[in-house]
Amino acid sequence: MSQNGFKPKILGFLCNWCCYAAADSAGVSRYQYPPNLRTIRVMCTGRLDPTFILRGFVEGADGIFTGG
Amino acid sequence: MPATYFIDPNACLHLQHDTCQICVPVCRSRAIDFTQKPVEKELNVGAVIMSPGFGRVPDEALTKYSYGKHPDVVTSIEFERLLNPSGPFAGNVLCLSDKRHPKKLAFIQCVGSRDLGCNNGYCSSVCCMYAIKEAMVAKEHDPDLDITIYYMDIRTQGKDFDAAQKRAQEQFGIKFVRARVADVMGWNNRLKLTYSTMAGTHSFESYDMVVLSVGLDAPKSARELAEIGDFELNQYDFCKTETFAPLASSKEGVFVAGAFQGPKDIPESVTQSSAAAGIASGLLKKQRGKGIVLKSYPEEKQLAADEEARIGVFVCHCGINISSVVDVPGVDKYLEGMEGVVYHAESLYSCSQDAQETIKQKIKEHNLNRVVVAACSPRTHEPLFQETLKDAGLNRCLFEMVNIRDQCSWVHANEPEEATSKSKDLVRMGVAKARHIQPLAEQTVPVITKALVIGGGVAGMTAAMNIADQGFHCTLIEKNDTLGGNLNRVQHTVKGEKVPELFKQLSAKVKKNKLIDVQTNTELASISGFVGNFHSVLKTAKGKKAEENTIDHGVVIIATGGREHRPEKVLGAPITYSDKILTQQELEIRLAGKGKNRAPKSVVMIQCAGSRGDDLGYCSKICCTNAVKNALKIKEINPDYQVIILYRDIRTYGYAEDAYREAREKGVIFIPYEMDNKPKIETKAKRITVSFFDPILQDEVAVSPELLALSVGIVPEGTETLSKLLKVPVTADDFFLEAHVKLRPVELAVDGVYVCGLAHSPKPLDEVIVQAQAAAAKAAIPLVRGSVSVEPIVSHVDKDLCIGCGICTALCPYQAIQMVKGDDKKPKAETIIASCTACGICASHCPTFAISMGGFTNEQIFSQIKAFGEEKEE
Repeated sequence: MSQNGFKPKILGFLCNWCCYAAADSAGVSRYQYPPNLRTIRVMCTGRLDPTFILRGFVEGADGIFTGG
Repeated sequence: MPATYFIDPNACLHLQHDTCQICVPVCRSRAIDFTQKPVEKELNVGAVIMSPGFGRVPDEALTKYSYGKHPDVVTSIEFERLLNPSGPFAGNVLCLSDKRHPKKLAFIQCVGSRDLGCNNGYCSSVCCMYAIKEAMVAKEHDPDLDITIYYMDIRTQGKDFDAAQKRAQEQFGIKFVRARVADVMGWNNRLKLTYSTMAGTHSFESYDMVVLSVGLDAPKSARELAEIGDFELNQYDFCKTETFAPLASSKEGVFVAGAFQGPKDIPESVTQSSAAAGIASGLLKKQRGKGIVLKSYPEEKQLAADEEARIGVFVCHCGINISSVVDVPGVDKYLEGMEGVVYHAESLYSCSQDAQETIKQKIKEHNLNRVVVAACSPRTHEPLFQETLKDAGLNRCLFEMVNIRDQCSWVHANEPEEATSKSKDLVRMGVAKARHIQPLAEQTVPVITKALVIGGGVAGMTAAMNIADQGFHCTLIEKNDTLGGNLNRVQHTVKGEKVPELFKQLSAKVKKNKLIDVQTNTELASISGFVGNFHSVLKTAKGKKAEENTIDHGVVIIATGGREHRPEKVLGAPITYSDKILTQQELEIRLAGKGKNRAPKSVVMIQCAGSRGDDLGYCSKICCTNAVKNALKIKEINPDYQVIILYRDIRTYGYAEDAYREAREKGVIFIPYEMDNKPKIETKAKRITVSFFDPILQDEVAVSPELLALSVGIVPEGTETLSKLLKVPVTADDFFLEAHVKLRPVELAVDGVYVCGLAHSPKPLDEVIVQAQAAAAKAAIPLVRGSVSVEPIVSHVDKDLCIGCGICTALCPYQAIQMVKGDDKKPKAETIIASCTACGICASHCPTFAISMGGFTNEQIFSQIKAFGEEKEE
């Protein structure tokens, strides 16, 4: 992807207890990953209404990431 | 390590040479005051808990492995620091001598432990596991690293520790060599390690780095403390305690917790500290609540429904943690003119005390009604800022946090521009959400100040006693017709203490206590409710009939225990239990009897019978000590009787190591076996033959003992049913799974439910007692408080919109939504706030959008998504 210059905009929904915590510990351990992700913290991915995902695409996301 | 900076008096120029003092004027908070001197204070207290931790093992235990002579010989504590991302090499494992990456690394176990040479006859209990952990972390850093652990016995007896060792071996390729290391010396650029194996061969191997797995010694201050506190120490200078009162020192009212009681790991230290606090709290219950100063807050400012959002944003530098990557002034400038933002500023450390003052001041100055902090993680820092909001008279929910450190500057360290633009996006999304956040009311639920303890063994009885000692009513149910559980069978401890006496005393105390309602032949039939408000149906068998009664209680302690597992096959051979082949517990009962021939003239004991990979995947922790205990008893009856113990690793951790040494001195023969060359058991007619490979003789040996004793493991009892009733998880081995293995070792995932004893994992009597005391201490917390507070982010049902379809009730994993009759007599959903975990499954499935989640409303999330799509022109 980086070869053709495509930088996808990714919207992420992260569960407070697992994925958000994991993203924090990735930081603590200084793991490096691409900076394309913008996140929204939720208390559980069970909170996700399918419309959140559709709305994300409408708003221009190239991909949606749910971590829970 | 202290949470704040402190001055090392040995290095300080001022304290050593009366010069310097540069730190005094440069400290902006004026936190350094050299005029402070130690002062003696006198306190009147009702109980004392000693928790000074552990000390260093003597230097001579280290220097014999060239520690101090060669820089590449380090202690495990130093190695842990090397592995740390904030350590000297930012987490890279490097040789201290020339900063090269080591290719080969060795761990030497039992340095300063199990070593009479330095008067440390005990096993430090934790070193095997921490060495394995450090080795695995080192392999994660550098997968090519070649690691060997030299050990005597691998003592991974803790809960699920064997699984970690297996992973280290199979997944990480870490080598384990059973050998004694004679010495380590410099050899060219490297280190030469000489070791001898059981077969008596000597070999040497070269390494780049050697890690000494140092033991836990008594704290340096032990003797001084003992003198001040007037309590006794044991032969190793740790606090002396008894098996039946593991935390009580010899001085009444003085208790001990943690490594000073004996070497132990984090979960056990945490358990002991809870237990000690609970015991002390029981002693001091008349004083409870006295001397407490409650913090007061200014009256909360009410927001009008249509009040315009006035948002203040603080962008944190976090020292250089954020600002070395992210352009913090740029992010701050980006906020200028953003809708709703009336104030924005940079902050050096937004979590510092002076920053809190600034935030409070700015709230007042600019009449802010929402605060956004762009800094680290809300998981760690949200409560701090919410407290500041409360101090400033704002509802604490009018706060939003944006994570530009853990999830931005730290993970995009090499892409400052991208990281800055991500920070701007995240801040924009945070502000968008902040425009829609609303104050939420603090909610509390009253607690029924009674406990239910399930299981009347030593754990249950101890827990019930401790609950009663704290002044609360307790119902103790036992499914059998008598109390005691395994205490009905255990005869004595390895130290020789008589267990039936403990049992008699404890059960008498329990039965006599007016606050304890003992119900035998009783089981839990069903339970509903939540922390503080449980309703349980108890079923009592009365002859052939069963009677049911309901009780209300605030907390539940599970102490359902475990029993001996009787495997049908041991080491591949089918087993028929008889008076010739029995379990260690049966042998113990027989040895405690009065029969003339109670001790066998010859016995072979087989360790790990059915455990550690056979029927049971785990180590049962107590079987090695029990085997040694029975072996010593046989030797006591007749020193000429022969005892052979076939083992994989002798796990007489802690002070039980003394008994292991005594057993060897008294002629008990210990022979290790390997899983790829297992002993064979044959029974023909009435003759038992055990053949095995003796690694010292290097030959096959066959013996026909009078008796075969099997050291079988422990299985939990009834956890499957109970875990379903209480909706609490169990491990793969069917033991209850604690809420946090290290930090919340007696709490379960469901609030108000606690676990202790064998239902948690196999463990010896003293650990069961401490765990029961800890569970009681934890369970008493909501009972003492009298109410439980609920995070205001729980779900809320708008009854006007609710059509009573019940989808939410069916979906809620926590039974936190119930159907009630609405004002219009139609069914309506209602949140049980104490049970709600704010997961939001109900809200995302509600067909009429009647359910909203505090702090995570549809409106708020949609606004974040919308802001994600907008890019503000700069």
